[in-house]
Amino acid sequence: MREENLIVSVWRGDGEQGEYVDYRVPREESQTVLDVVTYIQRKIDPTLSYRFSCRVGMCGSCAMTVNGKPRWTCRTHVSKVAPDGKLSVGPLRIMNVVKDLSVEMSDFFEKWVRAEGRFHPTKTRYDDFDAIKPADNKRKIASAGIECIGCGICYSGCDVVAWKAEYLGPAALNRAWTLVNDVRDGGQIARLNAIAGDAGCHACHSQQGCVENCPKHLNPTASIAGLKRVTAFAALKGGLK
Amino acid sequence: MRGSHRSHANYWAFGLHRISGILLALFLPIHFHVLYLAVHNDSVFDEFVYWAESPLVKVAETVLVVLLALHLTGGVRLLAIEFFPWRDWQKTIVAVTTGLSLATGLIFLLNVI
Amino acid sequence: MSASKIQVEARLWLAQRLSAFVLALGVIIHLVTIVYAVRGGLSASEVVDRVGGNLGWSLFYGIFVVAVAVHAPIGLRAILNEMTSLTSRRVDLLCFIAATFLVVTGLRTVLAFHHLRVG
Repeated sequence: MREENLIVSVWRGDGEQGEYVDYRVPREESQTVLDVVTYIQRKIDPTLSYRFSCRVGMCGSCAMTVNGKPRWTCRTHVSKVAPDGKLSVGPLRIMNVVKDLSVEMSDFFEKWVRAEGRFHPTKTRYDDFDAIKPADNKRKIASAGIECIGCGICYSGCDVVAWKAEYLGPAALNRAWTLVNDVRDGGQIARLNAIAGDAGCHACHSQQGCVENCPKHLNPTASIAGLKRVTAFAALKGGLK
Repeated sequence: MRGSHRSHANYWAFGLHRISGILLALFLPIHFHVLYLAVHNDSVFDEFVYWAESPLVKVAETVLVVLLALHLTGGVRLLAIEFFPWRDWQKTIVAVTTGLSLATGLIFLLNVI
Repeated sequence: MSASKIQVEARLWLAQRLSAFVLALGVIIHLVTIVYAVRGGLSASEVVDRVGGNLGWSLFYGIFVVAVAVHAPIGLRAILNEMTSLTSRRVDLLCFIAATFLVVTGLRTVLAFHHLRVG
C-alpha cells in the first residue's frame, strides 16, 4: 500500500543558520523529487528557493542532496529513493548555501578555468578542418568524458574536495582529460602544469564517489587516473615547470 | 534508501586502505626494533615467542596479517586503477581483495594455532 | 602553489606508486614466508638459520625496507595534510623524519641479521 502523503524534510535557511522543515506532499504516479520541491514552492510556501531549468536532465542546475546522496532531482523518481514515503531534500554539500536549496557554484566553475578546461585553438578560419576519425583512440577517450552537464554532483560527493578546499575536483579534472586527448588543442603544457600536484589529479584517492553518483554515468576516476600517469611521467622527464 | 555519498563499496575500500596503512606504519618501528633486539640476544626473541603463545597475541597477529593483506590487495587494486585500463567490475574487485585478505588471515591463524 | 612544488608533488606521487609495485611483490613473499615460518612454531634459531648471513635474504629485506621507507611516509603525509590542522611544512618535516627513522632502524636490523654467522 502506498502512502497518501510524502513526508518531506527540506532545508530552510542559509549556510550559517537554518533547519530541516517537514512538509506533507501528495504522492503522485511517476513523481520526481523536483516535482515534490516544486509542489512545496507552488502550493505550500512560495518563499522556498531552489534552482532548476530544463527538467529533462540536460542543464545540470537542479542537483540537491536527496536522502543523503547528491542527485539530479528532475530525473530522480520518488519511488526509487523513498519507497517508505520519507524524503529529505537539502542543498549540495561542500558548496556554500545561498538560500534553502540553492548553492553558490562559482568555486566549482572557477576550478574548471583553473584546470585549463578551455580549448586552446591552434588554427585559424583560413585553415582546413582537422579530420578526426570517430574510431581514433584519443577521440574515443575524449568522447567518454565529454557529456558532463556541470551539475556539481561529483564535486559535492567527493571527500577529497571536502578535505582540501583547493582541490580542483572530479568535474574540472575530467574536463581537462578530455582536452588532453584533443589533438587539436595547443595548450597542453599549461594544462598539465595546471592539473598536476596535490591540488590537482595527484590528490585523488580513487574513492569513486564521482563514478557512483554521476547521473550521466561518466567516469571521472578513470579520467583522473589518466591525468596522473601523463603528468607524473612528464614530471619525471622534467616536462613540468 | 537513506545513506550518504560515502555508502558504497569503493569508499569502504578506501577507508580500509587508509586505516590499515596507518596501523601498519605504526607497527613497523616496533617490528624492526624487536627483530634487532632478537639478533643480539636469542633469549629476547624466545621470550617474545613465548609471549606470543598466548591466544590474545595470536589473534592480534592474525589481525596484523589481515591488515597487511588488506593493504596489499587494496594497493594492487589502486595500482590497477591508476596504471591499467579501467574495469567496470570495481565492486567485484573490492569483494575479491577483501575476501583474499580474510582468507590470508585464516590461513595464518590455522597454521599458528 | 609554485611551479617547482608541482614537480615535487608529481614525483612524490610516482615514487609512492613505484615503491608500491616493489612492496606488492615483497609483501607477497613476506606473507608466504610468515605462514611457512609459523608452521610448527616460531623460534629464533629457525629465523636465524634462514636469514642470518644469507646475501639473498639480506638484499630482499634491504630493498623491502627502503621501499617501505619511501612508501609509508608519503602516504602519512597525505593523511596528515588532509585530516589534521598541521601546516604542510611541519607535515613535510615529520614525514622526512619518519622516512629517515624507518631506513635507519630497518637497515640496522637487516645488517645485524646479515652479520650473523651461524655456527
